[in-house]
Amino acid sequence: MTDTVIEAEDLRRGYAGGFEAVRGVSFSVARGEIFALLGTNGAGKTSTVELLEGLAAPTGGQVRVFGLDPYKRRAEVRPRTGVMLQEGGFPSDLSVTETVRMWGGVTSGARPAAEVLELVGLAARSSVRVKQLSGGERRRLDLALALLGRPEVLFLDEPTTGMDPEGRRDTWALVRDLRAQGTTVLLTTHYLEEAEELADRLAMLHEGELVLSGSPAEVTATRPARIRFTLPAGIPAARLPLALRAAAYGQRVEIRTGNLQADLTELLGWARECGAELIGLDARSASLEEAFLEIAENHRTAGGARTEDTKAGTPR
Amino acid sequence: MNTLTLNPGRLAALGRSELTLLVRNRAAVALAVLMPLLMVFVLRSSLSGAEGAEAVGEATLTGGTGMVLILVVHMNLVSAYVARREELVLKRLRTGEANDLEILAGTALPAAALALGQIAVLAVAGAAALNVRMPRNPLLLVAAVLAGIVLLAGLSALTSSLTRTVETAGLTTLPLFLATVLGSGLFVPADSLPDPVARLCELLPMSGVMTLVRAGWSGAGDADLVGAALVTLAWTVNTVFAVQRWFRWEPRR
Repeated sequence: MTDTVIEAEDLRRGYAGGFEAVRGVSFSVARGEIFALLGTNGAGKTSTVELLEGLAAPTGGQVRVFGLDPYKRRAEVRPRTGVMLQEGGFPSDLSVTETVRMWGGVTSGARPAAEVLELVGLAARSSVRVKQLSGGERRRLDLALALLGRPEVLFLDEPTTGMDPEGRRDTWALVRDLRAQGTTVLLTTHYLEEAEELADRLAMLHEGELVLSGSPAEVTATRPARIRFTLPAGIPAARLPLALRAAAYGQRVEIRTGNLQADLTELLGWARECGAELIGLDARSASLEEAFLEIAENHRTAGGARTEDTKAGTPR
Repeated sequence: MNTLTLNPGRLAALGRSELTLLVRNRAAVALAVLMPLLMVFVLRSSLSGAEGAEAVGEATLTGGTGMVLILVVHMNLVSAYVARREELVLKRLRTGEANDLEILAGTALPAAALALGQIAVLAVAGAAALNVRMPRNPLLLVAAVLAGIVLLAGLSALTSSLTRTVETAGLTTLPLFLATVLGSGLFVPADSLPDPVARLCELLPMSGVMTLVRAGWSGAGDADLVGAALVTLAWTVNTVFAVQRWFRWEPRR
C-alpha cells in the first residue's frame, strides 16, 4: 500500500498577459519517493513546483500535499515541508549563522544551526557574510534552510545548479540519506544524470505539458535503440534488408529499433553475405538523455514558435 | 493572507535579523538617527517669530514627532521592503511557516522601535531643553504614534510595490513626505491656510495622526478628535486592503 503525499491533477498556471506556463499537468508522488521533474529551460518546471509549494494558486486543476491545499491551508502544510527555491533568498549582509538562526526562528522544531551547517558541509564558513559565498556555497546554505525543520517533504528546485562535481556528489549522498530516513523528495533538474542517479520516478515537462513519466528504466525502455553506420561507396542503402527500418542520408544510415539484438544480428549477417564493411558501426540502447533530446526535438518541430517568451508576463 | 495571527517568536526572529541589517547599513542608520534631529532644528528656526516661546517649543516637538514618523518609519521601510523583495528574501520567507502579516510586521519592527525611541527622547529631552510642559495626554499621544506607525508601515509596503530598486526609493517616498510636511501641519499650521485648502489638507494620510499627536501633547483644545480618528481609520483600512491586493512579494521579471 502506498501513501500518496503529493498529488497534482490537471494543473494549470496562466500568467497575466495570457501566457500559460503549465497546461494540464497530473502526477502523484508516494511517501519516501524521490520524484524528478525534468525539462528544458522554460518547460514549466519552476512554475509547477511553485504551485506544489503553495506559493501561488493554480489557475486550473488542483494540488494536494498531505491531502491539503498548500496555498489555502498554508499554516498546516508549511511546518511539514522544506523548500529550496531555484535562487536563494537571503539578505546579503547577514552571516551564514545569522541566516540559519533567523530561519530557525520561523521554523518549528528547528535543528541547531551548527548541526545543519555540518550536514551540508558549510560549518567552516559559518561566520562569512552571504554576499561573499560562492554560487555552490549558496546552494548548500539554501539546502541547510530547507532541512532545518526535518521536513517530511522536500522541494528542491535545481538543487545542484552552480555546484562543483564534489558538491553535487555530496548533495546526492545527502538526498539519498534523507530518502533512507523516509523523506519524500521532489526535485527539478536539467541534469539528466542527476535524475538517473537519484530519481525513483521522473516526469518530463515540455512547454507546460507532461510528455513522459515513469521510472528511469521504464522511460528508456519505451524509447527505440539506435544503430548507426556508414556504408562503403558502391553499396547503396537500398540494398539493405527491408526488415530493417533504415533511414539513409546518402551513405550514412540510422536504424531505430525496439529489438536491438535481432536487428543487429540481421544487419551483421547481411553485411557478411555481401562483404560490406560497416564504417563507424555504433549500436546503443536508449539513455535518458536520448529520450529527452528526442522528445525536445519532436516537440520543437511540431510546436513551432511556442517556445518563445516563457518568462514574459508577471506571476499572479 | 489567510491567517492573520501574530506569533511572537517568529516576529522576534524576523525583527532581529532586520535590526542586524539596519545597523549594518550606515546610510540608513544616519538617515534614521540624524535626519530627525536636523529637521527638529530646521522646524524650530522656521517656526520662531510666532507667539510665545512655549507655543514654538510645542509646535517644534509635535512637528518633530511627525518628522520622525515619516523619516524613520516610511523612508526606512520602503527601502527595506524593496531590498528584501529584490533579494528574493520575501519570496523565500513565504515558503516557510511565517504568514504574510508576520513577514511584513517583523520587517517593520526595528524601524518602529527606533521611531518610538526617538519620540520618547524628543518628549523628555526636548521638553526639558525647549522649556515645554510634558505631554498633557500621554495616552492619546502614544495611541496616535502607534496608529501612525501602523498606517505608515502599510503605506510603505504599498509604496514599495511601486518602487523598482532601492535607489529609486528616495523618489517614490517623496510624495508622502511632501504631503505630510506641507499639508499635515508640520511647518505650516492648518489655520493659516485658506479654508477650502485647509479642509482638503485634513484628509491627507497623516493629517489625522498629527491632529491627535498635537492634542495629546497640548490637551484637546478645539480640535475635532473624532474626525481625525476617523480619517486615520479610513486610511488604515484602505491601506490594509490595498496591500493585500497589490503588494509585490517577488521582483518583476
